[in-house]
Amino acid sequence: MNIEGLIAAAVRMGTPLLFATLGEIITERSGILNLGLEGLMLVGALTGFATSYMTGNVWLAFFAALIVGALFALIHAFMSVTLRVNQVVSGLALTMLGSGISGILGKAFVGKPAAKFQIVNVPGLSQVPIFGAFFKMDPLVYLGYVLVPLLWLFIFRTRWGLTLRAVGEEPSAADSRGINVFLVRYLATMAGGALTAAGGAYLSLAATSMWIENMSAGRGWIAIALVIFSAWEPFKALVGAYLFGFVMSLQLRLQAVGVAHVSADLLMMLPYLVTVVAMILFSFSETFRKRIGAPSALGVPYAREEKS
Amino acid sequence: MRKLLFAVLIVAAVLAVGAVKVGFIYVGPVGDAGWTYAHDLGRRYLEEHVPGVITDYIESVPEGEEAYRVIVDFIKKGYKIIFTTSFGYMDPTAKAAKEYPNVHFFHCSGYKYNHTNFSAYFGRMYQARFLTGIVAGMMTKSNIIGYVAAFPIPEVIRGINAFALGVKLVNPKAKVHVVWTRTWYNPAAEREAAISLLDSGADVITQHQDSPAPVQAAAERGKYAIGYDSDMSIFAPEAHLTAPIWHWGVFYEAAVKGILNGTWKHGFYWWGMDKGIVDIAPFGPAVPDKVKAVVNAFKELIVEGKFDPFTGPIYDQSGKLRVEKGVRMSDDALLSMNWFVDNVVGSIPKEGEK
Repeated sequence: MNIEGLIAAAVRMGTPLLFATLGEIITERSGILNLGLEGLMLVGALTGFATSYMTGNVWLAFFAALIVGALFALIHAFMSVTLRVNQVVSGLALTMLGSGISGILGKAFVGKPAAKFQIVNVPGLSQVPIFGAFFKMDPLVYLGYVLVPLLWLFIFRTRWGLTLRAVGEEPSAADSRGINVFLVRYLATMAGGALTAAGGAYLSLAATSMWIENMSAGRGWIAIALVIFSAWEPFKALVGAYLFGFVMSLQLRLQAVGVAHVSADLLMMLPYLVTVVAMILFSFSETFRKRIGAPSALGVPYAREEKS
Repeated sequence: MRKLLFAVLIVAAVLAVGAVKVGFIYVGPVGDAGWTYAHDLGRRYLEEHVPGVITDYIESVPEGEEAYRVIVDFIKKGYKIIFTTSFGYMDPTAKAAKEYPNVHFFHCSGYKYNHTNFSAYFGRMYQARFLTGIVAGMMTKSNIIGYVAAFPIPEVIRGINAFALGVKLVNPKAKVHVVWTRTWYNPAAEREAAISLLDSGADVITQHQDSPAPVQAAAERGKYAIGYDSDMSIFAPEAHLTAPIWHWGVFYEAAVKGILNGTWKHGFYWWGMDKGIVDIAPFGPAVPDKVKAVVNAFKELIVEGKFDPFTGPIYDQSGKLRVEKGVRMSDDALLSMNWFVDNVVGSIPKEGEK
């Protein structure tokens, strides 16, 4: 089998998951659970494609997707931070809204060809045997590589990251130290929405150059599972996303070379299985929950009055 | 006298209403460049060719119960002929056919029908698939041809086998490698499936998917592509060789005209290339005249009924003789096909074997 091809495929399939998972990590680190990833990805995919179709500029299209993703996530921030509604319900509503809106507005763009991100070889690195496959990709893949350590540094090594985590762990304590919990949660939800939409835009601007309804095909849900798999940590998110991309590509490749049909169903269930197991352990053990890194205040609306 | 009066009243009513209204229900958006787009071309053909017909359509209707509501909406607005164009609309259409005996129903790609107001219809796409197999077999240099397929159902398996038989006819050394994606709506995965085939040496890619993702993947690698549903050359002007395509309009015209003049007999309609319901898209610039000549010769034989792709001897992957020499497979055998012919590389997942 073509190893370089397999690596490239795993990275291509993993990248949209990586963006969405990183986005949700930021959001959840602030204590907000956003189950609207599938809707955000679709909105991002459509925004990206439509902008590329109309302007022919893929970078402009990508940034448009980021902005629209942030604005779309603002709905969830308003619902869950200001109105303090049930975050699960609000997130699910966001998914349905995103799927519906993108479906309706996207009708005009179905079946149209548009520009896409082209492959850029990294000088030197792309020449390395096998390993070089990581460096013969499109620019958004490289953006993913860079984003992972940057986000890690941001979350664990900067004051802003500390603030973010404090809000997700002990919002009342953060509040009493003068941190604006509401603002942090708003910003984190919007940043997460932007990154998730970027994952969707990858599908319509780099993986393919087309738009069809529901083209995210469940990747938003996989990303939600990957957040737990990654224990809210960017490097593990990268491992999880690429591993998942690897499994998806491997089963296609085994078929292509005529190896008897391998059912990938079990492997594809892996992130969900890990999620279920993690959830069960969470419910039994607070120490486990702490150790694995789940934000303590995840999904709990914060109200200042409750403090006094 | 009373009868005459009654007849006059009916004629007057028909004249007053004027045009007959024909409704279409689509599973995707009309611009999908695939399945729904092909049906919508058929609807427009109907409007052009049958004067006095008014058509309308509802797109992106989910399969299942929602379709029933849409059907009833059409009926309440006075639509007398309704076409439902996806497999998952079969049960809602059958239900509506029972409840509204004065409305004519046509359901595409299913097996339920009656003899009073409900027809099932489909096309012998395998005939066109066979012709595109000839093109692929003559164009390949690596003798590896990739086939990106959605689900292991008889319709898809039949198409793969017909294609492979076309390949085998002109190039016994070439193999058709099949990759199942198990999706109709995941272009990124469809593209990845095509790339996995290209990475394994395929130099012609074809598909039983509605999106042009596999076509684009082949074109980006400088390889050839054979699309599906409608002419996909817009997505790969150089690489696109041809495509098996639907031409539903001829059926819609015949059905509606038949209903209007009272000659239509409801039942099961599985039309072939002779009626024009299936065809192949115009050849791309890469196809040499020699290939065109062979394909056109076989097309003529199929249209004249002198040749059928599923004529024995046909062997399956295990080498077992499935169809005796000179024997044509029956429609029942074609409609329930669950095995691959001998030059297909790949397997049929369990769920396809029932």
